[in-house]
Amino acid sequence: MQKSRQKNDNRVFSEPCAALSPIRICDFTGQLAGAGATKILATFGAQVIRVEDRGREGRWDIFRGSWPYVDDRRGIELGGAYNNHNVEKLGVTLDMRKPGAKDILAELISISDVVTENFSKGVLVRWGFSYEEMTKIKPDIIYVSNCGFGHVGPYSEFKTWGPIVQAVSGLTFQSGLPDMPPAGYGFSYMDHTGAYLMAIAILMAVYHRNRTGVGQWVDMSCTDGAAALNGPALLDFTANGVPSRRPGSPHSNRSIYPSMAPHGIYRCKGEDRWVAIAVRNDDDWAAMCEVIGMADLASDSRLANVEGRFEHYDEIDGRIEEWTSTRTPMEVMEAMQRRGVPSAAVQRPEDRTDHDLNTLSWGLFPEVYHPEMGQVRVDGSPIKLSQTPAVVERGAPTLGQHNDEIFGDLLGMGCETVRALSARGVI
Amino acid sequence: MRADPAASVLEGVRVLEVGGEIGAWCGKLLGDMGADVVKIEPPSGDPMRGYEPFYQNEPGPDRSLFFWHYNTSKRGITLDLAKDRGREVFKRLASTADVLVDGSPPGYLASLGLGYSDVSGMSPAIVMVSMTPFGQDGPYSNYAATDLTAMAFGGPVWSSGYDDHTIPPVRGGGNQAYHTVCHYAVIGVMIALIHRQFTGVGQFIDANMHASLNVSTEGGSYGWLVAKQTVQRQTGRHASVVPTSQGQFLCKDGRYINAGMAARTEAQWEVMLEWLREEGLIEMLGEYVKFPDRAAVRRGDRYAREQSRRVASAVQQLAAKNDAHDLFIKAQELDFQWGVINAPEDVLADPHFQARGFPTEVEHPELGKSFIYAGAPYKLPESPWSIQRRAPLLGEHNEQIYLGEMGMSRDEVAGLKADGMI
Repeated sequence: MQKSRQKNDNRVFSEPCAALSPIRICDFTGQLAGAGATKILATFGAQVIRVEDRGREGRWDIFRGSWPYVDDRRGIELGGAYNNHNVEKLGVTLDMRKPGAKDILAELISISDVVTENFSKGVLVRWGFSYEEMTKIKPDIIYVSNCGFGHVGPYSEFKTWGPIVQAVSGLTFQSGLPDMPPAGYGFSYMDHTGAYLMAIAILMAVYHRNRTGVGQWVDMSCTDGAAALNGPALLDFTANGVPSRRPGSPHSNRSIYPSMAPHGIYRCKGEDRWVAIAVRNDDDWAAMCEVIGMADLASDSRLANVEGRFEHYDEIDGRIEEWTSTRTPMEVMEAMQRRGVPSAAVQRPEDRTDHDLNTLSWGLFPEVYHPEMGQVRVDGSPIKLSQTPAVVERGAPTLGQHNDEIFGDLLGMGCETVRALSARGVI
Repeated sequence: MRADPAASVLEGVRVLEVGGEIGAWCGKLLGDMGADVVKIEPPSGDPMRGYEPFYQNEPGPDRSLFFWHYNTSKRGITLDLAKDRGREVFKRLASTADVLVDGSPPGYLASLGLGYSDVSGMSPAIVMVSMTPFGQDGPYSNYAATDLTAMAFGGPVWSSGYDDHTIPPVRGGGNQAYHTVCHYAVIGVMIALIHRQFTGVGQFIDANMHASLNVSTEGGSYGWLVAKQTVQRQTGRHASVVPTSQGQFLCKDGRYINAGMAARTEAQWEVMLEWLREEGLIEMLGEYVKFPDRAAVRRGDRYAREQSRRVASAVQQLAAKNDAHDLFIKAQELDFQWGVINAPEDVLADPHFQARGFPTEVEHPELGKSFIYAGAPYKLPESPWSIQRRAPLLGEHNEQIYLGEMGMSRDEVAGLKADGMI
């Protein structure tokens, strides 16, 4: 699916044979939990029309113009995170405070399959576009909102971002070492995962609409999605009465479900370099002892089974670290893997994006073209569909980049009207 | 033909699931949306049946709570795919399937003559997804992996841990590597099913867990891709190129609150000052009461650093005087993006999660009991999410499927059983 630059630069709509090319999305999403969902759909060919606020230059989305930057320039077209999360989308502007804007939005909704947003609760309602109103414009419209706590329930007015979703759901708690504060995930894991769940919900609703002709409103709460990931811990509490708050818990570098030992992250040669090793069973244990050349461990009957290894965990960890701390993470990984023991370097960003043989051969971080930023590498697709591959070539749209194509051509307003609306600051 | 509008999204979609832990969440997500998921296990059972924790701490093939959670809404049969007759039975099943969810090692099904090219011969429009640690081929595809090693190699571990870098970085708990590849697998399956609705054409999906994690690290990846900058882990907050101020605070009840998001507007800053005044903590700020200048904070100039240190001390005092949940509610009522750091089970009794119907009761007729399970990640009102049934007992649906649906004779099934085939 490699295409010439020329073709790429001129392409406005997706390839006609892309999987989702019949689907049009009127997209108000931003940041990552929303924009990340419609990005995936756009790379598989959905026509995602990102509607941005003309009045505030798109600052609905805090990633517009924020870190990281390709050079010393700053500005709303130069945010690297924004570019990453909005590849392959089309961009239009609209100022909902201006007369006439609502009519234009209604027209756009009338030709869309899906409306998406991840605003705080109530924004679309204030504009006069509640789900009920949208069904009057397009009876089978699909509306998917993704909000920290959803639009229904006692916390629905609360304000969140990824770390708050992770905190309240119980995810943050599950990540850390004993007698230490929670470590959490170190990034907005639930913005990524919230986006994945939102993409699934949109696709499910489209599939249902295609089968039945019926649209619907999906009121997603990112915190519900996060809590749904805690299944085994929840069942241990409800079926066995075992709470997560107990001495020694969590210890998330170890593995309790299922029980494996040793299982941890060990110091390597170099500054802040680490390697993960997971001994799944007694065979792995024997192999690992051989790799690190510690025959006494292998023959120690106290350590022959996982229960024994749990009892003498610190002693074993010490012996492993003696060996790993004089080797690089990749040396440890290769030595362990030769014997079939799961082990992997704790890779730094640069290791993963520039030197990792798997991500390089997969083509995971492709370069896209952005009108202001130039050629920039982005997160690509980790799934390959044999008939309908993802296409990641075009960077995020600049403000109003596709006003002519969408308002002028698609909505049939024509060039003069578009110019006049633009002059009045409506679009 | 239009389906019954009241049906679940995937009602009538037949899914076969083979392989272990890596793909179980994918099968559950499809099953909970109404698909008929038939999980095919070796006669000895899926290894996940041996995973802790066990119901009442007694091991047993039908007592793993881990297995229970990841296998709801599925029917279960046993079948030995390593044997010729087992493969023949599998082929007959595949000819009825819309989706094949494969969590086995790369090339394993193909080596048995059951790869995509084989099953698509039997069911031309089938959608097959294979979830593997490193994709179907290429570098590392034969390397062993677990959730821990995947999280380490794929990027999340680098960003998670503590300010003190003599402490190892931390793997975020809860099997997130498996969840992440399964989320992508379900996205792929749904895209392929929609493509099939439009065109009638099926396809193969190669879902790579390492790649899935690599594109799920926020600024970890694109900080380097765009700016050649490397984020560094910090205690309980975003890994960052520039150190940021404390985000978590220990409360009176021994629980923590995430209060890392400072006042975003001048009006909100005034609310914060008023709150500290009411609590008798305002003097802790001394003269550092100007609305924080964002640019100065980013530059990390002396006034900004001292101000954020003082604000953190005052918030720590506030936390020490309050229970975490009370402080969360109070802060949110004042429009601050703060959150209580709950343990997973804390959500079950929480009025918000109850109002949204998150805790979900699932019957276990074999035990004469029901238990509360994790609920829906999303609810589609027109096509409901539901746990159709608890996870299958080992071989529970052998009779129903082999006798009832495939029309085998009792003798034939008994023969398969006697030969250890099922």
